[in-house]
Amino acid sequence: MNNYDAIVIGAGHNGLTNAAYLAKAGLNVIVVEKNDYVGGAAVSRELHEGWTYSNCSYVCSMMRQALHRDLNLSRHGLILVPYLGNVNYGDDGRALISYNDEETAYLELKRHSPVDADAMYRFQADLTRYAQFIRKTLLRTPPDPASFKPRDVQELLFLAREFRKLGKREMYEYIRFFTMSAADFLDDYFEDDLIKASMATSGIIGTALGVYSPGTSYVLLHHVMGDVDGNIGAWGLARGGMGAISRALAGAVQEHGGEIRTNAGVRQVLVKNGEAIGVALETGEEIQARIVVSNLDARRTFTKIVDKNDIPEEIYERARNFKIRGSSGKVNIALSGLPKFTGIPDNPYINRGGINFTGSLETLERAYDCWKRGRWSDDPFIESVIPSAWDPTVAPPGKHWMSNFIQYCPPRLADGPWTPEKRDQFGRTVIDKIERYSPGFKDMVVHMEVRTPHEIEQEVGLTEGNIFQGELTIDQLLFNRPFPGYAQYRMPIRNMYMCGSSTHPGGGVSSACGANAAREILLDLKRPNTVPRDDFYDE
Amino acid sequence: MSTCDPYAGERLKESPFHPRQEVLNRRDAWGAWNGYKFAEYYYDAEYEYFCIRNTCATYDITPMQKYFISGADAEEMLNRMITRDISGMPTNRVTYVVWCTDEGRLIDDGTIFKLSDDKYMLTCGSSCIAWLEMSAFGFDYLDIRDVSDDIAALSLQGPTSCAVLKNMGIQGIEELKPFGITEHDFDGGKLWISRTGFTGDLGYELWIGPELALALWDALYAAGMNFGIHPYGETATNMARLEAGFIMPGMEFNESLKTVNYRHDQTPFELNLGWLVDFRKPHFNGRSALLREKQQGPEYTLTRLDIDGNKPAEGAFLYNSRRCNRNIGYVTSAMWSPAVKANIALAMIKTKHLGGEIWADINYQKELRHYSKAARCRISDTPFWKPSRARATPPPDY
Repeated sequence: MNNYDAIVIGAGHNGLTNAAYLAKAGLNVIVVEKNDYVGGAAVSRELHEGWTYSNCSYVCSMMRQALHRDLNLSRHGLILVPYLGNVNYGDDGRALISYNDEETAYLELKRHSPVDADAMYRFQADLTRYAQFIRKTLLRTPPDPASFKPRDVQELLFLAREFRKLGKREMYEYIRFFTMSAADFLDDYFEDDLIKASMATSGIIGTALGVYSPGTSYVLLHHVMGDVDGNIGAWGLARGGMGAISRALAGAVQEHGGEIRTNAGVRQVLVKNGEAIGVALETGEEIQARIVVSNLDARRTFTKIVDKNDIPEEIYERARNFKIRGSSGKVNIALSGLPKFTGIPDNPYINRGGINFTGSLETLERAYDCWKRGRWSDDPFIESVIPSAWDPTVAPPGKHWMSNFIQYCPPRLADGPWTPEKRDQFGRTVIDKIERYSPGFKDMVVHMEVRTPHEIEQEVGLTEGNIFQGELTIDQLLFNRPFPGYAQYRMPIRNMYMCGSSTHPGGGVSSACGANAAREILLDLKRPNTVPRDDFYDE
Repeated sequence: MSTCDPYAGERLKESPFHPRQEVLNRRDAWGAWNGYKFAEYYYDAEYEYFCIRNTCATYDITPMQKYFISGADAEEMLNRMITRDISGMPTNRVTYVVWCTDEGRLIDDGTIFKLSDDKYMLTCGSSCIAWLEMSAFGFDYLDIRDVSDDIAALSLQGPTSCAVLKNMGIQGIEELKPFGITEHDFDGGKLWISRTGFTGDLGYELWIGPELALALWDALYAAGMNFGIHPYGETATNMARLEAGFIMPGMEFNESLKTVNYRHDQTPFELNLGWLVDFRKPHFNGRSALLREKQQGPEYTLTRLDIDGNKPAEGAFLYNSRRCNRNIGYVTSAMWSPAVKANIALAMIKTKHLGGEIWADINYQKELRHYSKAARCRISDTPFWKPSRARATPPPDY
């Protein structure tokens, strides 16, 4: 019975979300996945016996609570645990600690700069205001500004109305904010370099830009607009690793009668008379369906699995030039014990949450310089988390696993292709740096998985290893994502849609792209909408 | 010296676990329970709540009232006092009970531990020695002893709790079934462990002489170091018990003996605890009133609600339509549940309105301005939090 209402290509979290909502609406849905496991970049993998790595994405904050609740993901085993502790190490030997408790947080900032401690209130208020506005757009389809369809006009009016609510001065500031660099934006508030650098790191994560590059202030916002249980800016861990999110979503797909097939990579989207009619798998098997939804990134979708002759030349060109540059690597480490870090209080609320090896604005920019020259940073920015200190399910008792996100690491090296030797050398750069802050660290390493953008592209399927399925710069945001004129999840081939992070609202484990695409598909099929509205309209 | 302290009589007692808990209470967040100094939370209430759901955590239940009721008449006396029938109860089992006035109004709830054929322990939230003495009327072979200060007790709750006890060397703990009790030698004394708790999760309660309390604490925390053990206080308890759907005095019910206004107390049927009332046994306190109540149906019924939106419906009135004209009840406890990802509440709703629409008029504040909104409520037939590990024997390690 090879006939389905919908085929979703790629069982990443957005593909699964999309399938869950289509299945919930009564469609006969199949998700096809090239790997032998589901989850895409939200996975938990036992790569060393006893240790379960979230070997791509590793923390969660963007997951739309309304979707989590609506799809009963808790009942499918998902629990998101907020973690405490966030330390930023400076090159000058200082450590800046973030606390949840307001009084303690203030005192800690004051220790570094009394002026900045006060400025933080203004900064947080402004950022929260910006976040509130953008959060309202997450579970909505971006309007087409060139269209006069009532729905687009209505949606534009909605945005205009919400924007006006900010107030006059804040409107000017917001527009300015969107095009600024993270460093310039932070200069408006703070004087202390480590405080600025610590926050600027949110502006570069997953992005092939530096802290001084225009546009990085939005990326900063993108990383702080999530929440855990309404605490905006908080981050959490999925119990059991990020794969718990995918497993719960897969559970929701199956609960509603959807089907998931692994080891089923798609070779080509089948098109007849300008309409998608199914897919051909790498095995040669063909699956027919009324609609085809791609959860792959825009570049991969239109240059790899769609025949160039089935799409307008312009789309092919746009896909080829889609900005999806890999900039980060990942080093997952199994440890024989809990590492100790220098210069911070040795208490369990601090020394095992996020440990960021930040340096300074200068160091961050120099790290970017390496990327531009086709080298990995010799003194990289590292964002580390030790999930096993919070989650009893991911490492044996007393042992730990440490997730390290490294920026920068280029998808292509100036001195020739990536080799296993170069990859390992990159890994050594990382543990050498950690060792500086945690003497004895190297001796605790039991197993290590090093992933450069090259591995991430090969294994996960993200072009150039870009974690967002396309950079989050204003030319590729909202109604420009993935391409101007194609932001409403419909693609130039009829009955073909996109639902991945290449679409609005972009990267992060939010499930929003997949849900938004499902809403548009159901609209076209004249089916009742199953996607809930967002839950945060009162904040 | 206490004689020099003019406030000696006003100071709160300290639990035998206090020396350890005092060090861990980094925020000096203390309250009081039954005369004991008692932690509201230790470092971060939400984190402690997540320890209950994610790792394991301890809660000092020493301030709970504990009574030994022993003698040949003990069973009969208890059976006359409480609404449930404990005559067939095996030794080394625990059961949840309530007791009522002659009018069938709830005095308190608690647990009965059957320690041997003629020895029971009753635990409850507030002191009830006066009621016990009154209930003992006519029984000759009976001894009631308040052992509240003679037993230190610690609740260990959460998915890794069994693994921690195993790691501590408690033999066979994984075979202990829910509501079972086992006795172990500990440091020259006796340690009782019951598989009970107030969180709806896998968990145990540990009972020991006060002189061994610190040794128990140290052994438990040494064993739990790699299993995320952490103390929790009143705030996290209240979150966990609401998810589990358990009632609290002063929230869901007003203890009858302390109630001033007519029928501002509750019956077990109103609290959805009809299953605790056993009419097959002969006379017990409140029997005829409760039989009448059962036949007529309770005026109110305690109901679990899943409420639209994310604003906790604390103190909200309930209505039968979005317009909020006709009041049909009130919310008793409400919260946003981080584990379930739902806006949950317990509410007293007029029984006859249970079949219709339910709307909560939720009031909240945003930067000093007050707002109100009507939110649709749906009745949840099952507890919000009921993981399979809570009932599994042997339970999983995490």
